Amino acid sequence: MRTDIVIKAESLTKKFGAFTAVDNISFEVYKGEIFGFLGANGAGKTTAMRMLCGLSIPSSGEANIARFDVYKETEKIKSSIGYMSQKFSLYEDLTIVENINFFGGIYGLSDAELKEQSNILIERLGLKINANKLVGELPLGWKQKLAFSVAIIHKPSIVFLDEPTGGVDPITRRQFWDLIYEAAENGITVFVTTHYMDEAEYCNRVSMMVDGKIAALDSPSNLKREYNAETMDEVFYILARQAKRQSD
Amino acid sequence: MRPLKILLIKEFKQIFRDKTLLPLIFALPLIQLLIIPLAADYEVKNINISIVDNDQSSYSEELTSKVLATGYFKLAGYSHSYKESFKQIETDKADLILEIPQNFEQNLSRNGFEKLFIAVNAINGTKAGLGGSYLSSIIADFNHKINTEIVSTNINSEFKSIEVTSLNWFNPYMNYKIFMVPGILVILVTMVGAYMCGLNIVKEKEIGTIEQINVSPIKKHHYILGKLIPFWIIGIVVFSIGFFIIGWLVYGIIPVGSLLLLYSYLALFLIAILGFGLLVSTYSETQQQAMSVSFFFVMMFILMSGLFTSIDAMPNWAQKIAYANPVTYFIEVMRMVVLKGSGLAHISKHIFIMIGFALLFNTWAIINYRKTS
Amino acid sequence: MKQLIVFIKKEFKHVFRDNKTLLMLFGLPIAQIVLFGFALTNEIKNSKIIICDYAQDVSSLQITERISKSKNFEIKKTIIDKGQIEESFKEGDVKLVVVFPVNFHNDLYHKNKAQVQVIADASDPNTASTLTAYINFIVGSYQQEINNGTDGAIKIIPEIRMLYNPELKGATNFVPGVMALVLLLVCVLMTSVSIVKEKEKGTMEVLLVSPMNPFTVIIAKAIPYFFLSLINLTVILLMSIYLLDMPMNGSLILLYFVSSILILCALSLGLLISNVTETQQAAMLISLMAMLLPTVMLSGFMFPLENMPLPLQVVSNILPSKWYYIIVKSIMIKGLGLMSIWKETLILTFMTIGLLFISFRKFNIRLQ
Repeated sequence: MRTDIVIKAESLTKKFGAFTAVDNISFEVYKGEIFGFLGANGAGKTTAMRMLCGLSIPSSGEANIARFDVYKETEKIKSSIGYMSQKFSLYEDLTIVENINFFGGIYGLSDAELKEQSNILIERLGLKINANKLVGELPLGWKQKLAFSVAIIHKPSIVFLDEPTGGVDPITRRQFWDLIYEAAENGITVFVTTHYMDEAEYCNRVSMMVDGKIAALDSPSNLKREYNAETMDEVFYILARQAKRQSD
Repeated sequence: MRPLKILLIKEFKQIFRDKTLLPLIFALPLIQLLIIPLAADYEVKNINISIVDNDQSSYSEELTSKVLATGYFKLAGYSHSYKESFKQIETDKADLILEIPQNFEQNLSRNGFEKLFIAVNAINGTKAGLGGSYLSSIIADFNHKINTEIVSTNINSEFKSIEVTSLNWFNPYMNYKIFMVPGILVILVTMVGAYMCGLNIVKEKEIGTIEQINVSPIKKHHYILGKLIPFWIIGIVVFSIGFFIIGWLVYGIIPVGSLLLLYSYLALFLIAILGFGLLVSTYSETQQQAMSVSFFFVMMFILMSGLFTSIDAMPNWAQKIAYANPVTYFIEVMRMVVLKGSGLAHISKHIFIMIGFALLFNTWAIINYRKTS
Repeated sequence: MKQLIVFIKKEFKHVFRDNKTLLMLFGLPIAQIVLFGFALTNEIKNSKIIICDYAQDVSSLQITERISKSKNFEIKKTIIDKGQIEESFKEGDVKLVVVFPVNFHNDLYHKNKAQVQVIADASDPNTASTLTAYINFIVGSYQQEINNGTDGAIKIIPEIRMLYNPELKGATNFVPGVMALVLLLVCVLMTSVSIVKEKEKGTMEVLLVSPMNPFTVIIAKAIPYFFLSLINLTVILLMSIYLLDMPMNGSLILLYFVSSILILCALSLGLLISNVTETQQAAMLISLMAMLLPTVMLSGFMFPLENMPLPLQVVSNILPSKWYYIIVKSIMIKGLGLMSIWKETLILTFMTIGLLFISFRKFNIRLQ
C-alpha cells in the first residue's frame, strides 16, 4: 500500500514576480493517507495546494496528481479530486439537496446515483429534516460537514481540504475529523492544510512549511521525537521561529 | 449537454429564489418604459414670451395678437420695460422678449422701416434658435401683410413664391413616442444584459463558489453558457413584455416589419451585450469594480447611440465611436423594422456587424476567463 | 475622533486602490464633458439626402446647387423616380428626399408660384423636423433672392439678441445637466453599494459591535465620497471653463456650497437605498436602473420640462437633479446670487434632511 503514490511533487515552485511563494518543494503522498500540510499564515500552503488542484500553474518543477501531470492534464486532475476551500463555497441560496445535485451533477453523476448518494449523505449527517432548507440557514458546523461530504460525493481518489475547520467549535471539529477518517478508510487520500496543531496529531504524516519551503516531513510521533517536543504545538513553534517572512 | 443542464437548473433556481432581484429586473424597466417616453418630446412649443409694447398702436396690437395666435408662444405677461421683462427671463418665467419700440407704427409709415427688438434666453441653444426663427417668420408674414394691405397698389405682382410642402413618412403625425419607445426599450434591455450577467459571475468570485467550480472538471464554455442562457431568456422576456404590453397596447406601436426578423436581431444583440458583461466580469474581482466599469460603458453606449441626439449631428470622430457601439445598431434596426418595415436585405449590414460584436466580446471573454491562473 | 480618521483613511484606501472604481469616478465625468461639449449637438451636418428632380431645369438645378453647398446636407444621388424613395429610407442612411415637380421653373416664372416637396423619414421626428427646417431656410433665401427688389415698401427689421449663449452652443445647456447627473448618480451608487457590500460580507456586524458609534461608521463611509465628489466637481468645472469656454458668471463659493448640499442629498439617498436592500446587485439595480433614465430625461436638460404631461412635471419635482440643474444654470450662466435661488436651495436642503431622517430611523430599527 505504501508504494501506491497518488501525489508526487518534485522541486515544485511558484513565483509571483520577485516573490517566491512556494520554493522548490518535493514530497510524496500515498494512497489512503491523511496528509497534513502545516505552516503559519503566508508560508505558502494555499499556493502549493492550488497548484496541486490545477487552479494555478507552477512556475517550475514537476508534480503528478493521481498520475496526471499538473501542466498538461489539469482537467483530468480535476475529475479525480475533490476540493474544499477555506472560503465556504456551497451556494447559500440553494437547499441541501439542490447543492448535492448540482455539485454531484457537474462531476458527472447520473440522476440515479445522485438520488442514492444524497440519501446516504443526508442520512449520515442526520440532516433529514433539513434536507429542503437553504444552506444559508444552517449553522456553520453543519455547513462545513456538508461541504466536505459534497466535496467527496463523486468518490475522488484524493480530496484537498484548505483549512476546513476554521471558526468551528471543538465538538464539530471532532465530528468533522470522524468524517475524514471515514473517507480515508474508504481509500480516499486526504490532503489537509490546517493551523490547528491538535489536528496535526490526527494525520498519518505532516509536513511543515516555513517560508515557502518544507522544513520537516514525517509522522507526528517521529517529529515530536526529533525535535524533543511534547506536542505538535511545540514542534511548530520551534520551526516557525526560523521564519524570516512576515505572516499576514 | 448534461453539465449544461445541471448548471442551468442551478442558475434558474437561484434567480427565481431571489425575491428582490427578480421583481426589480422586470418592474424597473417596464415602469420606466411606461413613463419616460411621455417626457421625450423635443418639439419646441410653449415658448413663454414677454412682450414690451412701447407703442400701443394698432400695428403693435395686431402683431402681438398674431404672435400669440400661432400656438408656439405662450404669453408670460406684458411689461412696461425691457428691464422688467429681463427679470422674467432670469427667473425662467419667460424664454423670449419682444420689444416694440415707441412710435413703431408712425416710423414705419413715415420712414418705411423700423426695428423690432427680440431677446432670447439662449442657454438651451436649440430652443432659442427655433424660437427666434419662429418669431422672425411671423414678423415677416406681418410685414408682407401690411405691405399688401396698405401699399397694395405698389406691390409688385411679379412676387414669386416657392411653397415647401413637407411629408413625414412612417410617422405622419410626428409622434415622438413612436420614436422613443423602441429606443428606450433597447436601452433598458441593454442595462439588464450588460449588468446582470456580469455581476452574477463576479458575485460567485466574491463569495468563493467559483473556486469550487474551477476545481471541477466542468468545461469553461459550459459554465459561461450556463450563465448566459438564463439572462438571455430574461432579456427576451423583458423585451417582449415591454414591446407587446407597453409598446403595442399602451402606445399603439404596431410593428410594420417582420417580428421574426426583429426577434432574431434581439437574440443576436443580447448575445453581444451579454458577452460584453461577461468580458467585464473576467477583468473584475469585485462587484463594485464590475459595476463601475459597466456603468461607464453603458453610459457611453446610451449617450452615443443616436437616441437622444442624432448621429448625423456628431463630428466625424464621434460618429466613429457611435458606429463602434452595438446599441446604435439595435436602435437603428428597431426603427427600421418596427417603423419602416425594413426587411432582411435592408438590415444585412447591421446583422453582420452585430455578429462581429457578439463574436468579439464572447471570444475575448472566454479567452480571458481562466479556470487556472 | 481618532477612530473616525482611521476609518476614513481605510475608506479612501479602498477607493484609490481600485483603478476600476476610479475609472467611473473620474473617467465618466471627463468623458461626458467631452461628449456633450463636442459630440452631442443638435446641429445636423452632412446628412445624406436624395434629390428627386422631375424638372431638371434652371431653377431646380440652382436650388439643388445651394443644397449641395450647405454644410448640413450631402446629396447622395439624384433620381427621377419617386418609387425608389421608400427603398432608400428602409436601408436607413437617407433621411430626406427633396422632390421638384415637372415644370418647376415654368411654374415659378409664369404662374409666380411653384412647389417643392420634402419627404422626410419621420421615424426619427427630431431629425426629420430639423432637416425640413434647413430646406425651408435654403428655399426661403433663394426665394428672397429671386424676388430682390420686388419687396414691399415697408420693412420691419427684427433685431435678435441671443442672451447668455450667443453662439447657441449645446454645451451651455448640457454642462449643468452633466454636473447634476454625475454628482447624483456616482454618489448614490458608490455609497449604497459600499455599505451593502459590508452588509453582504458580514463586516458590517464587526463594525457595529466595535466601540464605534454606528452613526460614525456611516459618516465615515460617506465622507470619502463627499470629498471625491467635490474633486469631481472641480474637474468638471475646470474642463467646462477651459475646454468648453463655459462662463462662470456667478459666485464660485455659492456654487460649491449648493453642490455640497446636492452631494449630501445624494449620499443620504444612497444610505437609504443601502438600508432597504440586502445585496449589492439589488442596491446597484435601484441606484442605476431606477435612477439613470429618470435623471437624464426628467431633469430638464435633455427634454424641456414644459412639454411634458402634467403628472410627469409633478414627478420631476422629486428629483434633486432638477433643482440642482436650475441652480447651476442660474449661478454659472446667468450670474445670479443666492437671492434668486434660495427657493431651490431650500428644497434641496429639505430633501436632504428628509432622506437623512428616514434612513437614520430605518438604521436605528435595524440596530435594535
